[in-house]
Amino acid sequence: MTGPYGREQRPVLDVVDLVKTYGEGETAVHALAGVSMTVAPGDYVAIMGSSGSGKSTLMNIVGCLDVPTSGTYRLDGVDVSELNESQLALVRNRRIGFVFQSFNLIARTSALANVELPLAYAGIKPAVRRERALAALDMVGLANRAEHDPNQLSGGQQQRVAVARALVSQPALLLADEPTGNLDSRSTADVLSILDGLNAQGRTIVLITHEDEVAAHAHRTIRLVDGLVVSDVRRRDITPVGVPA
Amino acid sequence: MSFFEIFGFALRGVAANKLRSGLTVLGILIGVAAVILLVAVGTGSAKQVEDSLAALGTNTLTVQGGRGGDTGYRTDLTLDIVKALQDKESAPDVKSVSPVVNSAQTLTFGDASYDVNSVIGTYPSYFAASNSVVASGSGFTEEDVDQAARVVVLGPTTAEELFGTTVDPVGQRIGIAGQIYSVIGVLAKKGSTGFNDPDDVAIAPLPAVQRSLTGYGPVSSITIEAASADAVAAAKAEITAILNAKMHVADGASSTPYQIRDASQLLETRTATAETFTVLLGAVAGISLVVGGIGITNIMMVSVTERTREIGIRKALGAPRRVILTQFLIEATLLSLAGGGLGVAAALIGANFEIVGIKPVVMPDSVALALGVCVAIGLFFGSYPASRAAGLRPIDALRYE
Repeated sequence: MTGPYGREQRPVLDVVDLVKTYGEGETAVHALAGVSMTVAPGDYVAIMGSSGSGKSTLMNIVGCLDVPTSGTYRLDGVDVSELNESQLALVRNRRIGFVFQSFNLIARTSALANVELPLAYAGIKPAVRRERALAALDMVGLANRAEHDPNQLSGGQQQRVAVARALVSQPALLLADEPTGNLDSRSTADVLSILDGLNAQGRTIVLITHEDEVAAHAHRTIRLVDGLVVSDVRRRDITPVGVPA
Repeated sequence: MSFFEIFGFALRGVAANKLRSGLTVLGILIGVAAVILLVAVGTGSAKQVEDSLAALGTNTLTVQGGRGGDTGYRTDLTLDIVKALQDKESAPDVKSVSPVVNSAQTLTFGDASYDVNSVIGTYPSYFAASNSVVASGSGFTEEDVDQAARVVVLGPTTAEELFGTTVDPVGQRIGIAGQIYSVIGVLAKKGSTGFNDPDDVAIAPLPAVQRSLTGYGPVSSITIEAASADAVAAAKAEITAILNAKMHVADGASSTPYQIRDASQLLETRTATAETFTVLLGAVAGISLVVGGIGITNIMMVSVTERTREIGIRKALGAPRRVILTQFLIEATLLSLAGGGLGVAAALIGANFEIVGIKPVVMPDSVALALGVCVAIGLFFGSYPASRAAGLRPIDALRYE
């Protein structure tokens, strides 16, 4: 593939005319009314929009948690709409790391076990798993909190564990749905600096936010209004993609 | 992802809510313990019936007369018929024939009196035929019969009622309806068959009883001992032939003026009754097991609903459907197996005690069956909540509040 991304670089994300409709007939709600966008490897994209603009719906479809009503979606060159449920589970496990607004750690389960979980589902051996999970926790600065349960961690720490969990399986794409929505300013800064660092290492990141300060960290901002893309602004060039550290 | 690890998830899921899991386990425990214990009680009572009937002698036949079927001739059971039955030529499979007369009488000893259930007048062969063993003293002899000697052998219940436990009955003289008899022996205890007490008897020589108590009419019944347990059917055929000839019963008559019962028949009837009883008890207990199973479904549904978000997170992290399904199935099976195991333990402990006078006999089959049913219950009643959990769309599960 050639184009603005240079040779040999197919987009991580290639969404064409995505439509998502809830309900039927007169009461139908068009959450997405035909969204098209492309995200190249190493890009750092912020999707902005007010409540009801369809940004969360878009994120859920991109994260393979939901299916579009129509339109095509290619992740890393694979047409996701043609995959069956078990293949989708595999895609969620290997290609996507998801960070949620409400952290979504599993309760009564240590930070380490939470981070290990995607690897466990991927069938990686316990010893290797532990090593990689500890490395991921170390990357977010929480190696010393590995044995703590989520309720023993602060919100910021929980979100950092969630980030570690999202990146432990070396996914092609890191999705973050309002990752700082539930955090104070200090924790927000912590989490964002981790995301910045990851992008600097070449990781592709798409995050949803409605805060301009958060969006300012990204290299490109896409605005959604009523399920349509209204603006797509690039502020910085894509980080040159090397081999992720 | 290995089964062992999914098992770990399941174990944590069960342990996360100990009280709820405990109550569910209790439901299954009660069901399983009830099934095993009630079946054990049923089996125990069947065994008791079997034992006590076997004590009566399984190669014994009883002929009872006065059953109608008018042939125009005399159809009473007489001593003439007894003699005919004793004929070795026409009845080679008959070992002994004992005519029996029977009457309820009042026994007296000093100031004590006791209404005995039955005073039996018979021949000495009756002791062997009815499995009556003389425990102390002796039985009477052919000579006593010939002389119509007024001697009597008491059943243990009768002896105790009349003499208490301090006086040795043997050698004492008692009154039977005003006639004096000498007690020459006491029988060993047989134990109850449930309806009447076979130990509540007084056995005396036939002519003595006829002379002093019943008169010289027909005998009430004839107890016949076959040569062996295998010869019972042959003996029965021979007896039928002799009785038909004596009573002039036409060939192929629809009814006979007599009835021949054998102990094995009685045994079969009683055992069948006991088995029906066991099945009934088992069915009632089975219902409680099913109720316990529904309890598992209920708890697993609650668990799935409560953990919908967790399921959503797991799916978002790429948990395949199979893993979620297995995790919840294992959780349900763990609950039912824990209940089953504890239920078996409770039943085994409970089986050491007598329940309503019956010593329970635990059948190994019922234990294996109960445990097998437990696994089946876990899988069956757990499968609906588990498949519901596994079938949740990740986005719906994550949005669930």
